[in-house]
Amino acid sequence: MKSLQKVFLGILIISSLILSGCGQKTVSLKKEVPLQKFVYNIGAEPQYLDPGKATGIPEFTVILNLFDGLVRYDTNNQIKPSIAEKWDISKDQTTYKFYLKKGVKWSNGEPVTAHDFEYSWKRALSPELGSEYAYQLWYLKNGEAYTSKKITDPNQIGVKALDDYTLEVQLESPTPYFLSLLTFTTYLPVCKNVVEKNPDWAKSKDTYISNGPFKMKDWIHNDKIIVEKNSNYWDSEAVKIDEITFTMVESGTTELAMFESGQIDFAVNIPSVELDRLKTEGKVTIEPYIGTYYYLFNTTKPPFNDKRVRKALTFAIDRKAIVENITKGGQKVALAFVPYGIQDATTDQDFRVKGGEFFTDNNVQEAKALLADAGYPGGKNFPKFKLLYNTSEAHKSIAEAIQQMWKKNLGIECELTNQEWKVYLDSRSKLQFDVARAGWIGDYPDPTTFLDMFISTSGNNDTGWKNTQYDDLILKAKGAKDDWLRMTFLHQAEEILMDEMPIIPIYFYTRPTMVKPWLKNYISSPLGYTDFKWAYIDEKLKSK
Amino acid sequence: MSKFVVQRLVSMIIVIFIVATLTFMLAHAIPGGPFTKEKALPEEVLKNIEERYQLDKPLIVQYLSFIGNMLKFDFGPSFRYEALTVNDIIRLGFPVSALLGLIAILLALSLGIPAGAIAALYQNMWQDNLVMIFSLIGVSIPSFILATFLMYFLGLRLDLFPPAGWGSFAQVILPSITLAAYPIAFIARIMRSSMVEVLRQDYIKVAYAKGLKSSGVIIKHAVKNAILPVITYLGPLIAAIFTGSFVVEQIFAIPGLGKYFVTSIYDRDYTVILGVTVFYCILLVFCNFIVDIIYSYIDPRIRIAKS
Repeated sequence: MKSLQKVFLGILIISSLILSGCGQKTVSLKKEVPLQKFVYNIGAEPQYLDPGKATGIPEFTVILNLFDGLVRYDTNNQIKPSIAEKWDISKDQTTYKFYLKKGVKWSNGEPVTAHDFEYSWKRALSPELGSEYAYQLWYLKNGEAYTSKKITDPNQIGVKALDDYTLEVQLESPTPYFLSLLTFTTYLPVCKNVVEKNPDWAKSKDTYISNGPFKMKDWIHNDKIIVEKNSNYWDSEAVKIDEITFTMVESGTTELAMFESGQIDFAVNIPSVELDRLKTEGKVTIEPYIGTYYYLFNTTKPPFNDKRVRKALTFAIDRKAIVENITKGGQKVALAFVPYGIQDATTDQDFRVKGGEFFTDNNVQEAKALLADAGYPGGKNFPKFKLLYNTSEAHKSIAEAIQQMWKKNLGIECELTNQEWKVYLDSRSKLQFDVARAGWIGDYPDPTTFLDMFISTSGNNDTGWKNTQYDDLILKAKGAKDDWLRMTFLHQAEEILMDEMPIIPIYFYTRPTMVKPWLKNYISSPLGYTDFKWAYIDEKLKSK
Repeated sequence: MSKFVVQRLVSMIIVIFIVATLTFMLAHAIPGGPFTKEKALPEEVLKNIEERYQLDKPLIVQYLSFIGNMLKFDFGPSFRYEALTVNDIIRLGFPVSALLGLIAILLALSLGIPAGAIAALYQNMWQDNLVMIFSLIGVSIPSFILATFLMYFLGLRLDLFPPAGWGSFAQVILPSITLAAYPIAFIARIMRSSMVEVLRQDYIKVAYAKGLKSSGVIIKHAVKNAILPVITYLGPLIAAIFTGSFVVEQIFAIPGLGKYFVTSIYDRDYTVILGVTVFYCILLVFCNFIVDIIYSYIDPRIRIAKS
C-alpha cells in the first residue's frame, strides 16, 4: 500500500512538473516577441563621439543613429523636417528661420530647444574646442572669423535662438545646399545643460546624452558600442530596432569570416579579392558612394606643366579594365571629376548626367597624337618619372596596371613608389612628387565639395595648378542667387578643369556592402554612413 | 645581493630614459603629424588644435613636459582617440593582451620543455625528429598565416570556435594557440640543445653511477640544469607577449594593447607611441631583472660569482 502511495505521489509530482513546464512555455511563447537587434561593423574605434568634433565615417554612422538634427534624410534620400517643423528662407537666401517642434526631448528627458542649437554651433566654431570640422560651419555669418580669432564675440555669429523654439540662421552667402549640410554631424545639437557643466560628457557612456532614435548603452573601447532604442525620442514610434551593436573589426578578412559565421550582420569593408565569389553567391549589394579615385599631376614640374602631356596620360588609361579586373566592386569609370549621385538645379537631374563625359576611355590614338604634339613622339625622350601612392595592395595593383598601359600605349616609363600614409600626404602637400594617387569622398551632396578643391587657395589643391578663370567661376557660383545659374557656373568650372587636366579621373567609388537579407529599410547614404531609424528585422526571413 | 639590486635598478632607470628620449626624437622626426589629413585642415583650425595639444611649443619644451609627466606615469591624452588617455589605453588593453600572453606562455612552457627534453633524451631517434620537424614548422610559419588558417578551419569550416572577437573563453583559444606556436617551437629547440649538453656532463654519469633512478636523474639533475637558457629567453618573451601582438589582435579582433604599437605610429599619435614604448621598455627591463634574480636561486654558481 505504501509503495502504491509512493507511485501515486511520484506520478503527481512528475505530471505537475510537466504541466507547470508546459504552462510556463505557453506563457513565454506569448511574451516572446524577439528583440530586434543586429550587429554592424564600423571597422574602427571611433576617434570621438562628440557631434561637434567627429570627422570620420565610423563616427558619423554611430552619431547619426544617436542624434537628430533640424532635418533628416528619409528612406528616399530626400531631406525632410525632423526637429525643425518648418522653416522660412529669406528672399536673398541668406537668412533661415527654423521653427522647432515642441516636446522634443533629450535622452535624459530635458527639452531640446533652439538654445541647444545656438550653443552647439557656436561651440563647434570656437577656437578653444579645436574642432577639426569647425570649417563645416563657416557658411554661417562670421563663423570663419570666430574660429580664426578675427572676432571674439560669439554673438556676432549668424545663429541665434529668438525664443525656445525659433532659430534664426544667417549665412555669409546664399548656399542652396544649406539644408543638406544640416544633416552633417557638426550641425547636430548637443545638450547645452549637460555639455556646459561637463565638457567631457562624450568620453563616458554614463554621461552621454543624445536626442536621436537611439541612445548610448555601452562603449567598450576598441571592441564594441551598444546603442538601444531611445524611448524619449520624439518619433520613437517609427523606430523598430531595439538594439544595435557596432563592432570595430578592422581586418576585412576577419570581418568576412565573422559575417559568414553570423557574428556580424552588416559589413562594409569587404576584401576586393573576395568580391567575385561573394557576387556570384549573391551576398553583396553595391551601394552608391559620392567619391572619386584619381591621380594628381605636379603641374609645376616639366613635362607635366604641359597640358598636352597631362591629357595624353589621362587618355591612355583603360579604366574599364581597371574597374572590371582590379577593383571589381561595380565602380563606374570616371571620365569627369564630379561623381554621379549629385543633384543638379532640379531634383530630377543629376549633375554628372547633365554635365556628361569629357573624354573617351582608353583613347590611345588621341593620346599618342597629343604626346607627339608636345614633343615626345612615341614617348621618345620622355623623362622617366615616379608614380606615388600610399602603401596598400589595392593602390599598388591599380598603379601597376596604369604603369603598363602608359608603357604599352605611349611608350613612356614610370617607376612606382609607395609611402606610408602620412609621409605620402606630406609629400603630396609639399608637391614632392611627379604623379600621385588621390581619392576624395564628398562631405555633402553638392558639386562644390569636389570643385572647391582646385581653386588656387585651397589647401587640398595638391597639384600646383592655378587658374584665375576657374577661381572666378567658383566664386561666382558661391554668390549666385539662382541655383540654375550656380550649376551653370559649376559645369563651366568642371569643363575648365577637364580641359586643363591637372588630375586624372580614374573611377567613381562604390560601397560594396554585405547585409543579412532579413535586415530591411535602412538608409545607406551615398556619403558613406548608414541610418537605422526606420530599419526593422523581418523575423520570418530570419528564422528561416 | 642588495648591492647588485641597487646597481641593476640604477641601470634600468638609465635605460628607460634613453629609450624614452630616442623614441621621442624618432617619433617627431617622421614626416606628417597627428593632424595631417587627406582633407587638409584650414590653417586657422590647425593652429587651434595645435594650441590645444601644446604642439605649437618648441620641441624641447614638449620633451621636458613629457619627461616630467612620465615621472608621474602620466602620458597625457591620445591625439587620435579623444575619449581615451594613454593611461586608459594601457589600462584597458594590457590586461587583455596579458591574459592571452599568459595562456600562450603556459602553453609554451608545458609543451615546449617536455618536447625539448624528450627530443634530447631520444637524440636522433624518431621522437627527436618528430619534435624537430614540428618545431621547425612552428618557428618558420608566420603568425598571420597560422591565424588565418586556424580561423578558417577551426572557426569557419569545423565551427568549433567563434572565428574572431573577444568576450568568451572560446574566443581565447585560437589567438592563444597562434601566439604560443613560436615560443613552443623555440623553447623546444633551446631546451633540446641545452639538455643534450647537460646529459654529457660528468655529474649526470655520476648520478647514474650512484644508482639513482633515471627519472630522478633526468628531472632533478638534467632538466634543472638544462632549463637555464629557457629562463633567459622567458624574460624578453614575457615582456613581448604580454604587451600583445599587432597581427594576432588585428586578425582575431581583440581589444588588446598590441595594435597600438603599430597604429599609433601610423596615426603619429605621439603620446601613445611614447606611452606604449616606455611601458614595454619598463616591462622588459623588469622581466630581465626578475630573470636574473630567479637565476641566482636556481643556479648557485651564478650567486657565488656575483657576490
